[in-house]
Amino acid sequence: MIVAERKPLKEILANLEPFKKVLVLGCGECVTVCMAGGDKEARETALALSIARNKAGNPIEVKTHTVERQCEPEYLESVRHLVEEADVVVSLACGVGIQNMNMYFDDKRTLPGVNTTFMGMPTAQGEWMENCLGCGNCVLDETMGICPIARCSKSMLNGPCGGSQNGKCEVNKDLDCAWHLIVERLMKFNKLDALQEIKEPKDWSTSHNGGPRKMIREDVKL
Amino acid sequence: MTKSNLQKVLESGAFAVTGELGPPKSGEREVIEHHASHLKGCVDSVNITDNQTAIVRTSSIAAGKIILDMGIEPNVQMTVRDRNRIAIQADVLGAAALGMKNVLCIQGDHASLGSEPQAKNVNDLDSMNLISTLKKMRDEQEFIGGDKLDAPIDLYIGAVANPFADPFEYRPYRLAKKIAAGADFIQTQVIFDMERFELYMKKVVDMGLHEKVRIIAGITPLKSLGAARYMKKFVAGMIVPDHIIDRLKGAKDKKAEGVNMAIEMIEHLKTIEGVAGVHIMAVAWEEIVPEIAERAGLLPRPTFD
Repeated sequence: MIVAERKPLKEILANLEPFKKVLVLGCGECVTVCMAGGDKEARETALALSIARNKAGNPIEVKTHTVERQCEPEYLESVRHLVEEADVVVSLACGVGIQNMNMYFDDKRTLPGVNTTFMGMPTAQGEWMENCLGCGNCVLDETMGICPIARCSKSMLNGPCGGSQNGKCEVNKDLDCAWHLIVERLMKFNKLDALQEIKEPKDWSTSHNGGPRKMIREDVKL
Repeated sequence: MTKSNLQKVLESGAFAVTGELGPPKSGEREVIEHHASHLKGCVDSVNITDNQTAIVRTSSIAAGKIILDMGIEPNVQMTVRDRNRIAIQADVLGAAALGMKNVLCIQGDHASLGSEPQAKNVNDLDSMNLISTLKKMRDEQEFIGGDKLDAPIDLYIGAVANPFADPFEYRPYRLAKKIAAGADFIQTQVIFDMERFELYMKKVVDMGLHEKVRIIAGITPLKSLGAARYMKKFVAGMIVPDHIIDRLKGAKDKKAEGVNMAIEMIEHLKTIEGVAGVHIMAVAWEEIVPEIAERAGLLPRPTFD
């Protein structure tokens, strides 16, 4: 899923300074699951904004709502009336949802209420890890299901580097060395020989480095 | 093909000696010349670090040219951290045009550990890719993208090995991979844990790798107890055993003891099968290198016509 965390209230407040009527819009998908921008967080944020502005002697009218999926245009029409009523929208969806709001309601500004952090998964209550960069050319078949692009700090294809110690990455002692995990898993499956193959320089053109990506599938087009 | 001095020394079978110079955080030519002057005549080639520990310094190729002008052969370190394949290949050509032949392929410490922690880490290639890229440029006169070089270049391709990183069991295999990728010589991480290094070398020799590549063992003379503790605690991929710290702690003159330990280590390294030379990393203490080289019986250095 896409993992996000709410922006500091101070930052949202600074952005809202000139506005009097605000819609805080949550999203029912990934940001709900990672507890950054679902209905609960939208209500909390709205309340916090309201209290802060009252305290500052500059009251604000805040409404909240949550749509099922801000990243798809089909789900946005249902909030048109709320958007039109407001001076500005604060979206608690990921960057995709925020942009979709700005495109769909292009007469109104939608501001970000969260920082979109990464594609990843929860590892414990309140903990998430990044494990996919969406590079467009999956190598998980070669690395025993552990992504060296996302999980190695240096995105090495021929790891591990010399900074790996006791299974941890040089960047942070709390971070597992992805290549240590790959080597261990290859040993478990008796496939360590696979590492003798020298991986060629990666084709990054399938990733963002090839420019913003667009996907077209003729087979599902109408 | 013209060979570098380092290549000639290693191929002659002589025990090679390399030094290291960390360029300054300034554009002062004379500072580079001052550090390098201590190494002249004591080593066969001088590594020029490439923004070591991800701290911004004078570029390794520029500093390499300065010492080349002094008659000292550089070994240009090149990381994949700060440049993509376009810049790297261009810099290799530039280094060759300036007369530099030794290039040491390095991944590079992560930028978050250095002076610009907000920098983008490039890592378009990894260190293994860099080795094979240089080999392709030299042996096939071809760039990664398939374009041909207009003329051949001379390169002596170096790579690094860290016997102290984990997983330990995998490290000799990683060395084999670097050899297969095209490494001509290897320089190791600083050795303090001699026992672990010997275990590593035993495996390397068992695998016959020492016959395919020349391995230069890294040492650093310890200047103070603080330096030893710092390396133990903060330098990525380094092991400093307690007995080293204790010996330094017990010594009256720490610097002299550090030098003694370095010399003992060199003497020991000479006896280890598969070790073809020693890489003395006395960055910011270059003036001690002549004494170490002299007392360790490494002088005079061989010369070739």
